[in-house]
Amino acid sequence: MDPFSSIAVALENLLASLGFADWLIDLIMAVLRSAILGTVALLAFMFLTWLERKLIGRMQDRLGPTYAGPIGILQPIADGIKTLTKEIVVPKGADRWIYFSGPILAAMAALAVFAVIPFGPDTGNGPLVGTALNVGLVYVLAAGAAGIVATIMAGWGSNNKFAVLGTFRAVAQLISYEVPQLLSLVAVAMVAGTMDMVKIVDAQTVPFIFPLFVTALLFLISGVAESGRSPFDLLEADSEIVAGFHIEYSAMMFALVQMAEYIHAFAISCIVVTVFLNGWAWPFLPGLAPIWFLVKCFAVFFILIWFRGTLPRFRIDQMMAFNWQFMVPLALVNVIVVAVVDRALSDAAGWTSASQPWGWGLVMFAANAVMLLAALGLMSLKGREARMRDAEKARSQSAVAATGR
Amino acid sequence: MVEPFGFIGIFIAVAFILASVPVLLNWLIAPKKPNPIKEETYECGIETVGDTWVQFKAQYYIYALIFVVFDIEAAFLLPWAVAYKQVPLVGVIAMLLFIVLLADGLVYAWRKGDLKWR
Repeated sequence: MDPFSSIAVALENLLASLGFADWLIDLIMAVLRSAILGTVALLAFMFLTWLERKLIGRMQDRLGPTYAGPIGILQPIADGIKTLTKEIVVPKGADRWIYFSGPILAAMAALAVFAVIPFGPDTGNGPLVGTALNVGLVYVLAAGAAGIVATIMAGWGSNNKFAVLGTFRAVAQLISYEVPQLLSLVAVAMVAGTMDMVKIVDAQTVPFIFPLFVTALLFLISGVAESGRSPFDLLEADSEIVAGFHIEYSAMMFALVQMAEYIHAFAISCIVVTVFLNGWAWPFLPGLAPIWFLVKCFAVFFILIWFRGTLPRFRIDQMMAFNWQFMVPLALVNVIVVAVVDRALSDAAGWTSASQPWGWGLVMFAANAVMLLAALGLMSLKGREARMRDAEKARSQSAVAATGR
Repeated sequence: MVEPFGFIGIFIAVAFILASVPVLLNWLIAPKKPNPIKEETYECGIETVGDTWVQFKAQYYIYALIFVVFDIEAAFLLPWAVAYKQVPLVGVIAMLLFIVLLADGLVYAWRKGDLKWR
């Protein structure tokens, strides 16, 4: 039994010996579990703000925070104290209920994902997870969608034109990228045969990133867009619409908006690890499963930071075109290819993810590679055609202008 | 064990507390000195003109409509995906046809030029 479960069992026994009723013990344990999960998420948020500033600093040839504590590690605490002591300025004409509930709902929605993320295996006392929900994947997406509503509330309630512009962009971007995210999880549910996050980890005889790497890519990209991070941070583009939907927030309300964004991004990396990278599994020291899980999550989050350090912000037409003309068709084709190849393998050769994990994985990997190369090739061909057409049009227009004079 | 959705209810209540207590604390200890200039809407120093809560551009509704199509498709696809391993071949082919039919809708919108941001 791993240390975490044994603490839980010891606590349960203690409560039982004190004469608590069974339902009360269950309730206390559930509250404790939620409090621990929430605290882990908040600590991860504090650490991530520091990590991101430090890494972005290094990527841009700066040092990042250095002043508070050794290598600036106490910076999040300094920021916390600062935001706590600043005045909450409510702008004139703001819709107060919507204005205040926006960030709180956003933070709640981002935190809610952690209820179903498994942190460790079943070692005799149930898996190390908030709750093993049988519709985990749908729940995770629903929590993300609640975050969208919160963003819209925050932008709309502020009574600010920039905020409303950010809201418009949020609507367009977030609902659009919801589609490839949903469709990529369909492929996962198909191969795993379940939507329960705990069972998905167990179903990964081979980490799903190999047989389903187009799916993983689609999910990661749409996840970045869903959490509104760079390069998809149009809804808070600071150089165009100042800060977008959270322009009018100050002090702790602003910190909550930031918290929601970071925790959402961290939740996305947790989902990627759970669904595609075999969750808590690690070749050695299985007792430390939660540690390995968090290490993997930070590794995935590093990719998100890397995106932010590398890529410039998309324009809104590019972003919409990229989603509807590339991501969504690819996600549809992906579902079809996964269904056909998996079914063909199991019917013709008898290879399934359970009986022949590596043979099955290799064929699926090959199918994915073909699909991705075909998609990229088609895109570059069409893109070149479009660019040629535009250049031709520009040339003929300038010729008309020259002769007309 | 509390049943799954009971736990999620508790978790969301705890999340609400975790999110709202800092704001409450902030409200308790921070200074409160409002004045009309401070509460002005921040639009880069220029006074705000007219109503902020304007109508959405019609194009957003087209994207929203396409989104609804695919969202409902996913609602049908997910149960099928979970049962995929037990479904006979006919069921798989039927669902693939369903996907192709909806993809046809996407192609239609694309041809109509509705996927182009204007």
